[in-house]
This record gives sequence, C-alpha cells and structure tokens, in this order.
Amino acid sequence: METRQNVNRADETKGASEMPRPKRISIGELRERLKSGDPGVWRSLEEIADDDEVKAFLDQEFPRHTAPWMGEMDRRQFLRLAGASLALAGLAGCRIRPIKEIVPYVKAPENLVPGIPKFYATALTLGGYATGVLVESHEGRPTKLDGNPEHPASLGSTNALTQAMILELYDPDRSQSLTRDGKYVTPAEFEADVKARLRRQLATGGEGIRFLLPSGSSPTIERLFARLQERYPQLRRHYWDAVHRDSVYEGARLSFGRPLEPVYRFDRADVVVSLDADFLFEGPGSVRYARDFADRRRVRKDAPTMNRLYVVESTMSVTGGMADHRLSMRPSEVEAFAEALRSAIRDGVSGEGGQNAFLSAMAQDLLANPGASIVIAGENQPAAVHALVNEINALLDNHGSTVQWIEPVVNPESRLESIRELTADLQDGKVELLFVFGGNPAYDAPVDLQFDEAIRRAGLSVRLGLNEDETSAHCRYHIPLAHELESWGDARAFDGTASIQQPLIEPLFNGRSVVTFLAMLLGDERHEREIVKETWQLAGLGEGAFEDVWSATLAKGVVPNSAFAPQEVSLNPFPAVASRASSGLEVRFKPDPTVYDGRFTNSPWLQELPKPFLQATWDNVMMVSPRTAEGLGIEIDLGAVVVGGAAPIAELTVGGRKVTGAVWIVPGHPDDTVTVTLGYGREKAGRVGTGTGFNACAVRSHEASWFAPASLALTGEKTQLALTQHHYSMENRGVVHEMEVGKYGHKEHHAAHEEMNLYPDREYDGNKWAMVIDTTLCTGCNACVAACVAENNIATVGKDEVIRSREMHWIRIDRYFDDLDNPRYAHVPVPCMQCENAPCEVVCPVAATAHDNEGLNMMVYNRCVGTRYCSNNCPYKVRRFNFYKYTLYPGTWDEETPVTKLLRNPNVTVRGRGVMEKCTYCVQRISAARRRAKKEDRPIRDGEVVTACQAACPTQAIVFGNWNDPNARVAAEKAEPHHYVLMEELNARPRTGYLPKFRNPNPAMKEAR
Amino acid sequence: MSQALHDKEIADIGTEQLIGAEHSNSSLTSKIGDIVLKQPSPKQWFVSLGFALLGLSGLLVAIAWLLYEGIGIWGVNIPVGWGFAIINFVWWIGIGHAGTLISAILLLMRQRWRTSINRLAETMTLFAVMCAGMFPLLHLGRPGVFYWLFPYPNALGMWPNFRSPLVWDVFAVSTYFTVSLVFWYVGLIPDLASLRDRAKKRIVQVAMGFLALGWRGSASHWYRYESAYLLLAGLSTPLVVSVHSIVSLDFAVSIIPGWHTTIFPPYFVAGAVYSGFAMVLTIVIPLRAWYKLRDLITIDHLDWMARITLVTGLIVFYGYLTEIFYAWYSGNVFESFMMANRMTGPYSAFYWSLIFCNGIAPQILWWRAARRNIIVLFVMSLIVNIGMWLERFIIVITSLHADFMPSSWDMYTPTFWDILLYVGTIGFFLTGMVLFVRLLPAIPIAEMKHLLHQKLHGHAHASEEVKA
Amino acid sequence: MPQVFSAKSNVLARATFLIAGLMLLVIILAGMYMTPYTHRTGVALDQPTPFSHKHHAKELGIDCRYCHTGAEEAPYAGIPATEVCMTCHSQIWTNSPLLLPVQESYLKNIPLRWNKVNKVPDFVYFDHSIHIDRGVSCFTCHGDVTEMNLTFKTNAFEMLYCLDCHRNPEEFLRPTDEVFNANYETPPNQEDLGRQLMEKHAIDTKQIEDCWVCHR
Repeated sequence: METRQNVNRADETKGASEMPRPKRISIGELRERLKSGDPGVWRSLEEIADDDEVKAFLDQEFPRHTAPWMGEMDRRQFLRLAGASLALAGLAGCRIRPIKEIVPYVKAPENLVPGIPKFYATALTLGGYATGVLVESHEGRPTKLDGNPEHPASLGSTNALTQAMILELYDPDRSQSLTRDGKYVTPAEFEADVKARLRRQLATGGEGIRFLLPSGSSPTIERLFARLQERYPQLRRHYWDAVHRDSVYEGARLSFGRPLEPVYRFDRADVVVSLDADFLFEGPGSVRYARDFADRRRVRKDAPTMNRLYVVESTMSVTGGMADHRLSMRPSEVEAFAEALRSAIRDGVSGEGGQNAFLSAMAQDLLANPGASIVIAGENQPAAVHALVNEINALLDNHGSTVQWIEPVVNPESRLESIRELTADLQDGKVELLFVFGGNPAYDAPVDLQFDEAIRRAGLSVRLGLNEDETSAHCRYHIPLAHELESWGDARAFDGTASIQQPLIEPLFNGRSVVTFLAMLLGDERHEREIVKETWQLAGLGEGAFEDVWSATLAKGVVPNSAFAPQEVSLNPFPAVASRASSGLEVRFKPDPTVYDGRFTNSPWLQELPKPFLQATWDNVMMVSPRTAEGLGIEIDLGAVVVGGAAPIAELTVGGRKVTGAVWIVPGHPDDTVTVTLGYGREKAGRVGTGTGFNACAVRSHEASWFAPASLALTGEKTQLALTQHHYSMENRGVVHEMEVGKYGHKEHHAAHEEMNLYPDREYDGNKWAMVIDTTLCTGCNACVAACVAENNIATVGKDEVIRSREMHWIRIDRYFDDLDNPRYAHVPVPCMQCENAPCEVVCPVAATAHDNEGLNMMVYNRCVGTRYCSNNCPYKVRRFNFYKYTLYPGTWDEETPVTKLLRNPNVTVRGRGVMEKCTYCVQRISAARRRAKKEDRPIRDGEVVTACQAACPTQAIVFGNWNDPNARVAAEKAEPHHYVLMEELNARPRTGYLPKFRNPNPAMKEAR
Repeated sequence: MSQALHDKEIADIGTEQLIGAEHSNSSLTSKIGDIVLKQPSPKQWFVSLGFALLGLSGLLVAIAWLLYEGIGIWGVNIPVGWGFAIINFVWWIGIGHAGTLISAILLLMRQRWRTSINRLAETMTLFAVMCAGMFPLLHLGRPGVFYWLFPYPNALGMWPNFRSPLVWDVFAVSTYFTVSLVFWYVGLIPDLASLRDRAKKRIVQVAMGFLALGWRGSASHWYRYESAYLLLAGLSTPLVVSVHSIVSLDFAVSIIPGWHTTIFPPYFVAGAVYSGFAMVLTIVIPLRAWYKLRDLITIDHLDWMARITLVTGLIVFYGYLTEIFYAWYSGNVFESFMMANRMTGPYSAFYWSLIFCNGIAPQILWWRAARRNIIVLFVMSLIVNIGMWLERFIIVITSLHADFMPSSWDMYTPTFWDILLYVGTIGFFLTGMVLFVRLLPAIPIAEMKHLLHQKLHGHAHASEEVKA
Repeated sequence: MPQVFSAKSNVLARATFLIAGLMLLVIILAGMYMTPYTHRTGVALDQPTPFSHKHHAKELGIDCRYCHTGAEEAPYAGIPATEVCMTCHSQIWTNSPLLLPVQESYLKNIPLRWNKVNKVPDFVYFDHSIHIDRGVSCFTCHGDVTEMNLTFKTNAFEMLYCLDCHRNPEEFLRPTDEVFNANYETPPNQEDLGRQLMEKHAIDTKQIEDCWVCHR
C-alpha cells in the first residue's frame, strides 16, 4: 500500500528522474577490472548480466558506486535535485496532478490490515546481554523499537544504542554478498570449500578449528557448539570484546573461588557508592538499574525522601553527574581508595580532613545502612578492586539483599587471555580454519598483539559480519551476517532471563544468522526457527504443552521464570594490597557513549547524538580537567558568551605508541588524567563513520586495557568540534531549580507574576495535554533524543551542519554546571514547551503554526513558507529548520538508498526543504489513541498516549498526559509544590513543566560536594 | 579647487541660491534635456555603469545559487534565524525614505529647495524599494509559495495570519512602492513632453511621446496635473511615517530582548530619513560634478540636506541612549544582558563603530563650513550609510545570537553568498540610477522653471502656468 | 512643430487598454475552467480491466466491505487483492476476455496496477475507519459509486471540501447503520438528525477543525 512520503513528493520523483544514469561497463572492461582485482567496481553476478535495473539498484545500494558521502559529485547531484524541486515548487499552482497507481496484493497476507501497525516482541543484544524490545511494524517494515515492559532488563525503557539498532538494520553499507578476497563467490562454492576443510579436520579431532566470538548468551548457539564439539573434540572457542568484563569475573574468582555474575538491587539500596562504575549508563542491566535507582530517588508529596549516591571515579561519567557527593581521582588511585574504604568499614572509621573526611563520612553512611547499601566497582578497575568491593559488601551484609550473585550469563573466561592465546596459535600456524563471528577484532583487539596480521596466518579465515569492515579485510571469506531483527535466535538478560528472538523481516541483504551458519557446518539443513525451537523443547519449556507455551513466549518476549537463581556465596577475605598508584598523567579508556566500541560508528543517529558533558557530536575527544589543560597550555575559554568548537590537537603517547586527537576540557574530570573513548578512527566503517575521530585502540595494549601511564603534548594544530551547546552557565535564569531534599515543601517565595494577556484566555474543556520532566531523575543519557529521532523521521545533518548550529533534534538535553573545578551538573531535557500563549504563533504570516483546542502548538509543515520568525521568537529555541533538503542530505541516505526509506514512520510527514519543524508531543500517537477511543465511545485513558521520549526514558523522568484528568499522573506531578516552568515571567504559559533537581548531601560533609 | 570657487561664487548671490544666475527657461530645458538628448555621456558614466552591471550580474548568480541550494548557503542558523537578508531589507527600505519625504512632505511645506533634487530622490526610492522587496521573498524557505502571504480567496480556505507583522509588511511595502511609482511618473509627464518636442530622433520622439501620454501643456492639463500632484503628495505623506513604523514592528512585536521596544517606530523612521538623505548626498555629489549641474544642484541644496541629516541623526542617537537607559532601568535580566553583550560581547566592535558612525561623526555637521565642504559631506554620507547598516546588523544579530536560553546561544557568520547578494543589490540599485540619469531628466525641468519664475518675479504663484 | 502622434493614436491607446482587460478576463475564465479538468472530476480513468461498480455493487448487490475490507478498521479502505476477485471469478465468467488480466495476475502472481481515482495529497492523513464509525457514508465523498460503470471521482478533495463537513457535520451525518446504504434518502430533518448524531458521537467541531486532525 501507499506509505506517507515527503511534503513535496512530486519534487522527489522529479529529482529521481534527474539522477544520472550509471555508466555501463562492457564485459571486457569488467574482466579487465576483475583481473586487476579491484573490488571497487563490481559486486555481484547480476551486474555482469548488465541488467539496467539491477545496475541502477546496485549503484544506489553500494557506497563505492556512489561518490563519497561528502564528495563533490554528491553535492552536485544534491544541487540538481534541489533545483528541480524548486522549479516544481514554482509551478505547483498550475501543475496538472499526476495519476498515481495503486498496487494491491495478489494474495493478501493473513491478518495484515494495511495502515494498522503491528507490534512484535523480540530481544536485541549488546555485549551478549539481551534487552527485550517491542518492534513496531508497518506493512512488514520494522520502523521503531520500544522497550518490552515484560522484560527485566528493559521494563519498557531503552537506551540510545538500542533505539539506533533499527537503523543498523537498514544501514545501506551492510555487506550484501558473499566474497572471497573481496570477489564474489556463490554460497555453494564457499560451503564446498569449508566443508572440505572441515572433513580434513576430522582426523585431528578439529585441532585446527578455531572460533573467535564476541560475548554471547544464546542457549541455541551453545547447543550447536556442543554438537560441533562432539564431532571435533579439539575445536576451540575464543572470545573477544573491546568492552570486556574480565575483572568482574576475576574479582568474583578471588572472592568466591568461582566466576559469578553480580546482579544489583538498587530498588533496595538507600546508600550507593560507585568506585568508577557507570552503572546508570553502561554495562549489562544499566537500563534496569537506572529505573530501580530512580524509583528510590523520586521526591514527591507522599514520599519526600531519596537515596544517596557517592561516586569516586577517574573520569566524568553519567553516573558521576548524578552524584550527591563526587570525588575524582586518577584511575590507579581507586584501588588504594577501595583498600582504605575496606579497612574503614572493617575496623571502624577515623575522621580526618581532605579525602579521608570524604571517605570516613561515606563509610559511616554505609555502616548506618547495612543490607540497604551497594558498593559497586567499575569493570575498568582491576580485579583487586572488585575483590575488595565484594568484601565490603559482605561486611555490610549486602550479599543476598542488595547484591546478588548468579551463574555467569556469558562465558566468563578472560577475554584478554583468550585472544592472546588465539594470536599465539595463529602465529605458530596451528590454526587451519578460523571463524570470526561478528565483533571487529582486527580493529579493537589489543594493539600489541597485532591480531589483524595474525589472522592472515590462518589456513582459512571466514568472517561472518554485518559490514565489510577492518576484520573482513583481513579474512579470506566474508559472509553477510543477518541482523538480529532478521533472524531467529535466543539470548539472556543481565539476570539470566531468556528471550526468543524472532525475525521482523526477511534478510534484506541475504545475510545468514550465526545459528544458520553453525547448522550449515553441522550439515543441518533445517530452518533456523526449527533449531531454536528444538533448543527450548529440549530445555523442557512448558512441559508437554510446548506449542502453546512457545507461542505465548513469543508473544510475551520473555521465557517464563528463566532468570538465574541467586547463588549462596562464601567469601574469602582479600589480602591487603599495597598501593600501586603510579604518578604522572594517566590515560583512561572508555566505551564511547554513542558509538560504543565502534559497532555504531556508521550510525548517523548516534554520531549526531551529543555526548554527555561534552555536547560534542561526530567526534571523540581527549577529555582533561581544567587544571590539567592549564598545565598543557590549552586555551579554551569555557566562560565565553559563545564557546566555539575550536579544539587543540594533542598527541597521546601510551607505552611508546602514539595517537593524535582533539582535546577538550571537561569540568569535574580528574586532574592528570585523560579519558579517551573507543569506537572512532575507523578505516572501513562506511560512508558515515569512516574517518571520524581518532582510534583509541591504536594505543590500547594488552597490559593497558583500561588505564595506563601516558603523556600528552599539544601539536599546535587545531580542529573544529561540532558542539551543540556553547554556553555552560544558566546566567541566573532559573532554568533548573536546585534544592536539598531536606528543604522539600519550603518553597522559597517568588514574587507572583501578574499574568496579563491581550487576547482572551482560552478554555480547554476537552483533553489538556501536558508534560512534566523531573530534573532530579534526568541522567542526560540521551535515550529520549534517540527515541524522538526514530519516531519522528528526524533528519541527521552531518558534522558541518552541526558546526553551523543546524542540528534537527526536537528534544535536546541541556547541561549546565556551576563551577569549573568542582562542578555540580544539571541536565534539562528541552522539548517544545507547547506554550498556551505561544510567541511563535502570533508572528507566523501564514498561520502555519497555530493553537489547537487541546492546547497543543500545531506546526503544519505543508503550510510553512519558512520565514523562521517563529524560531526567532521562540524563547526556548526548540524549533528546527530544514536549511537544506536534509532528507537528501548525506547525513541520511534517503535518495541514494531506497532501503532507508523502509525505516520511515508513515504517520509522520517527512519534511522538505525550507520548512520549520518541532516537537509535537508525538501528535500522531495522540491522534491514533483518540480515534481508538472515539470508536469505543470513551475518553482517552491516562497512560494510553505515551510519547516516544517518555517511553524510552530509563529513569521515567518524563510524564505526559491529560492535565484535565484529575487521576492522571501528570496532574499529580503538576500539583507538586515545586513544579515550575522555564522563564515563567515571559508568561508564555508552557504546558511542559519541570520538577526541581533535588540533591541529598550527607549532613556530615557539607563542604565536600 | 576650481569647483570650490565656483560654489562660493554662486553662494554669494543672495542668501539662498537654489538656481544659477545665468539661467533662463530655455537654458534650463536645454541644460537638463541635453543630458538625455544630445550631450555624450562623460566617461565616469561608463565606468560607473560598468561597476553597476558587474554588481548586477553578481546578484543574478547569488539568486540562482540560492534558489538551487536553499537558504542553507547563508550563514543563518538556529538561534540566528534572520541574517543579512533582513538587515539589508531594512537598510534599503530606509534609504528609500528620502524620496517620499522630499517629494511629499517638503512639497506640502513649500520647501523650494526640494526641487531639482526631488526627482533623483524619488527615483532612488523606487530602486531602493525594489532592492528591499527582493529580500523578504528570497529569505523564505519556500520562495515558491510566497503568494500565501497575500490575502486571496483560495481552495484551502486559508487566510494569512493578520496578527503577524510580516503580513503588515507585505501591505506596507507594496503600497509604498505603488504610490511612489505613480508619484514619480506623474511628476515626469511634463518633462517627458518637453523632451518629446526637442528630440530629433524619431525613436526618441515616439518613446517619449508614448510615455508623455499626449501631454500638450494646455491650461487644463496643468490644472489637472497640479491638483493630481498635490493629491498624491497628500496620499504619500502618511506613508513616510507608516512604512518604516511597520517595518520596525517586525521587530517590536516580537519578545526578543533588543527587539521588544516601544521606541522602535519613531526611531526607525528617523533612521530611515537619516540614511535616505545620506544616500541622496552620496549620489548627488558626484553627479553634479560629472554633469556640471552645480548651478542647479547648488551648495545650498547640499547644506539643507546636511542639516536634515544632522537632525535625524540626533534623533537616532537619542534612540540608542534610551535603549541603554531602559536596559538598565527595566532591571530585566534579559534586557540588561543584551545591552551588556552588545557593548562587551563578541560583537562589541560592531556596536562601537555604530556609535561612532551614527552618534559621533555627524556632530561635525553643526559647522556651516563642514556642511558646505563637498569632501566632508561626501565622506560623511558614506559613514552614515555604513552606520545605518551596522545599526540593523546590531539589532538583528546581537539580539538573536544570545537571547533567552543560554544553552542555545551561538554565533552568526555571514557566508560568501550573503555578501554577494548584498553587493548584488547595490549593483542593481546603481544600474538603475545610472541608466535613469542617462535616459530620463534627472532634474524636474518644469518645476525648475517654476522656481526660476518665482526667483525672477519675487514671490511664488502656486499653480501658475509655465509654458515650454 | 509636427505632432509625433496622429489623433488616431488616442483610439489606439484606448483599444490597447480594452484588449488588455479582455485578455485578463479570458485568463481568469480559463483558470476557472481548468480546475475541475486538472482534478479529473467526472473523468473515468483507464484501468487494467473495465471494472463496473454499478454491476457489482448495484446489480449484484455486493457490499462495499466485501472488497474494501479496511474501510471499517483501518485508515485505508483498501483495494481488493486479486484473490478476492477470483473467489467468484474462478467460477463465473472464467473465459471472459475482460477478466484475462485478473486471471493472469492471479496465476503469474503479478499484482494488478489500478489507476488511483480518489486521492488526497501525501501530507493529508485521512482515516476511513473513523469517518465510517462517526456516520460519514462512503457515498458522501465518493458519490453514488453504485451508478458508475467506470469509476470516476465526483469530488475534488480540496481542503475547503473537507472543511465544509468538518465545520458543519450535521448536514452530512447518517445513522451508522445507513453508512453503506446506497439508496439512503436524506431525511427532511437532516439538520436535527445530524445534531442528534453529533450529540450521540460527541463530535466536537472545535476539535475536528484542528490542523493536526489531518496534517502531521
């Protein structure tokens, strides 16, 4: 059926016809090129057939066929299209309307009603840990991911990365054909080759067979490997994740004698101490943890209390930004601190000044809350710290209550060891047959191992991957991997809860899943669905009534009571450790907040997401504290009215290896420490990611996996960062009201504003939509922004446009801080305020933005002529303008790649050039709910309309609903004594309101922050 | 040198010398008419035409590229949604003002010195308003649908939003242009007729004749002409005030600190007249030199214009001072920050040069000597033009780039295309003016004769018949 | 001195003005004439096969919903899949040449490509189901399809056309059970009936006039 397209589709079609025809190449030329072995020019046999349509398709599909995405050619093309669109816009008045076609099905698929979206439950994994999601599907196109409320790791929320996995599915740079040495081979050829080699391995029991996998928790894959192992007993599996958790399991081994997985119950903790752990933002269960943590922090009439968070960390993390008390130190000093904390807890505390004052006060607080506190160590800290922390938790009787231990969800063996052994074996030529599934070891393996070179030593290397990336380049075969949304599978969450993954769409680029691939190796011809099903049948799912339970499980998205049972642990105390703190500058590695370990480097959504605390996009930077910056002679005036993005370039040296990148100052960052994030500086990421940022892995060696002594020196050059916020201070404009939780109820007296209005006040007797955002709970994780982008077809504009301050995000998270050296951070999500006296409406000459009877501030794209006066007159600057035709713009791939059109939300107009846009409170969802309610002749229920940002928010800081409904949650929040709106004195009467940022400082340590 | 002498000599005849001593009716006609009919153009004319056309072609390129790419090629962004386009729009509209003022108000006030410069001023107005008119259209995101700003019955059942000052603008500017055009044309008719009669070439005769609408200079013609002219003057008088007041409302109606000010209308009108006269000076001074018109556009004319420039300049400067005062007096955090930011912020250099151009520099015009010194006047006029452009820059940019939400503050930097478009409009303007002086009588012959008549027979007879 | 223009030229001048005026008039008339033409109201489009609503809906009395299945639950009324045609036409008129395209589509599994008769622009979000549910008959917008041998549109869906009803629904509403009735006679008390129905369905013109009802 027809799906909604651009405001001026006519323009687009015209534009399409203007596209240059691909240059045909003769078979002869082709042969030549084949000889020369240049993989650039051809991709598949169809092309040899020289079928124009196929060629056109290929040309659009393949990056190297179109010009590089910032390239000249592309630009021209863009101009031509824009020009054509304008030519048509002019003629719009007298155009004879073109006849369109309707193409119905021949045989309509069952229970599919065109125009009515369906929702399916499945699970997506990051680092092997599953997050349950509900996928919205329009006529068979998955378009949007939301958390699965039934799933323990989600409870309906997601983080930004999960939101972007839908785009990963449609990434036009995904590999599309099976290649050997970059040249196309038929699957049959490949299978024959591999199977022959496998047969040869039978003799040696599969000694030469090695698999390199990222962490995985799939029972089915385990089962298939078990079956392989029967056939090849000597076969070995190795594991590698750039973001590995070695020290967690090693710590458990030290404490309990066996590797275990911790599960934290923040819903039971009154005092939380984090030693360099970013538990609200990173690692398994972080979304769930954020929810539980927030539930103990929500300050309301009925319960004006909140938990207390101490953070001791070696960088500026999202969790650190939430801390009531924060202490920053170099990574290597954390161990000593942990040691001191243990003795303080064990032998009682001694109150002295400085750091110890912090420590002792903190320790007393902990001791006051036995069994109701959590001490948590970061995965980047050595095993010793974890062992110490385990002991501290034991001393505080937290084990079993707030800290539970379960069997490891993923294989607990040391990643660093595992990949080191594999590399050694490769170099000794012991590896006949190497399978590399997913991940990207050639890019992110410890640099000193030179793993990428080692791969070539394997008899045969086979890569199963989503993209033809750095690793594929070193492997013999590359096989396209099916995306998790395209394949059957299963995976476990942080607490062991299992989910079945079901495909939402046939593999777009004929990829195959790991399950299918392993089955192929086993000669198992069955469909992957059967294999997954079998796993659970064997596992005894739903005794007897398997089929029913199976379908119920699929519908629910969670395998009933499959969570791992908590283990009884007996702790062996950890010996005292001598402080191994080195002196001098240290480098601290960290997964990137938006592109993670490089998996999402090619995702424009995530590239354009501002990094917490930096507000920088499209780059990773070396973060240093103001003092360190001073020492290095870095001159960035963070106090300027408008802080430009000109960043000095510095050379970072770690163990003799060097990398250069942009430096930026982050207040609150520990001195003498430089934080670098992974995932950037990739050479084969794709048209979007290639060449962005610098490669931190280039200095990340085996010993220095998380932190190490380093040195930093300015090169004298500068580079331009794409910042989305240029001023850090609130300038006493009361953007965030901050107060201590003890002061709840005492509202400091504001002079009441005389609300005057030239126009008569409107009565809103029907629905009165409103939103309340709790700044206490906002962690600044950007999940809402990503969700909004996904829901509302928001364009990404690319680095250059962000530099020119033209980003398109409808909701943004402003971050403010009050001090450079010892800052307190505040995050304010700012969507459209939906003002009742909207300043934007008065000034629009064509009434393209007007008020509706429910108080929403409507924006009608097809009426907008683009004077931009509304944006000028918007005090909150939440309006966004299409300065170019961003749907064609290289940041998003629309016109070049039809595939990404499948991603569009058909219920939201795709905005054309020269049109203003803004947050609509997800009016398409309101409208859908309203129509549903009308058909049932009832009012819309509270919670029936959930905005995209609200749904995604891990801490549920956003509440939306009908203010006129006395029982609505939003009404209650609005009634909170401290509820306020931004810049009330302007009398714009925003519908979006805020709750103040409450803090819960320890009375014993007023001075320390 | 010699020119200075010449001016002096004229100045000495009587207290106010508005017309050369030696002139008779016929000499006037021939002197002015021959510029169009006989006299070969001076080389300066060709040079300036060259420059003008260069600028014009720049304009065409800039517009073509703009329509192709969209306004993304400009420096505008969020928060600074308006940039050069609106700055230049207001600047040009302002320049247009001298025309109507001179022709309408001064006519009604019987200011005799207005004659001989009014035609130039009016023509200037026309081209300035054309330049101005381009910008509101071009700065639209979707120029293709500009007509939605006009109220016309349509199948959408939609009217423009009459609450929006931008809609008022559409009316104000289009009315202003129409009236100015008619006024200008009506004024031309008798002169066209006399040119028709003096022309030798057939083609010129036909062309002028066609435009002269069969003017024969009969009594009844003169009678109707005079009354029509007065009527139009009456019509366009309110426009002088209304147009720029409304333009100023584009800003004053908003809530942006630095825009949301009640003083804007008077202060914009004054600024408009100020810049208008400056531009007249800029054009007239070289012109009277090149075409030897010092005896028709005398130093007294220049003096008068200088005085008006001074007066309006003072009003504008007063405007600045009140802005500063209220920024402080209001105690409003946004206002006071805005003003502090103008003075000390990233754009302070622009602000202080504005204060110099419009506040300090004009004070020199208090001295008669300065007012009657061609060089000083010319430089002064240029400074004022620059100053008034800067004023609009300060108003538009500094108010927007740091308004309410500190999180969204950002800088505005014009791109090459912003600048080319601006230069282009100047080219367009000059082209128009240069061609005008060549093709039509730049000085109203009939009115000059009228003036001459008054000079010879003492006092004026309002509607006395003047025969060619 | 000789006159440049003879006395005739006055007549000439007047004539020019007259002609200019006439031309303007012509242009306006032409424009008005063009509109329905561009909308193709009353024009039957070529279709893969000359399907007759009159025959099927009137003479055979097949209900709209038999083919347009989405009308009651979805935004799109839906065009029937080939198999729907074949439910009958695998039995009757099997050898009619008119049905060849349909059979071909069914056998070769190639969808039929119908030309779209009624359409709204892409930036208009029209939902059939809600209109049906509130008592807006198919025939109110689509005209009496049951009288059409070849299908054509009876209304150009300009914004004003929609607003007419969104501003005064009482003139158009029917009892919900009459929505699909082609022979429904508008009662003399339509106004009152309409108001009662608005009452019943809680239809609030204030709400359905909002831009966001149709444009998102």
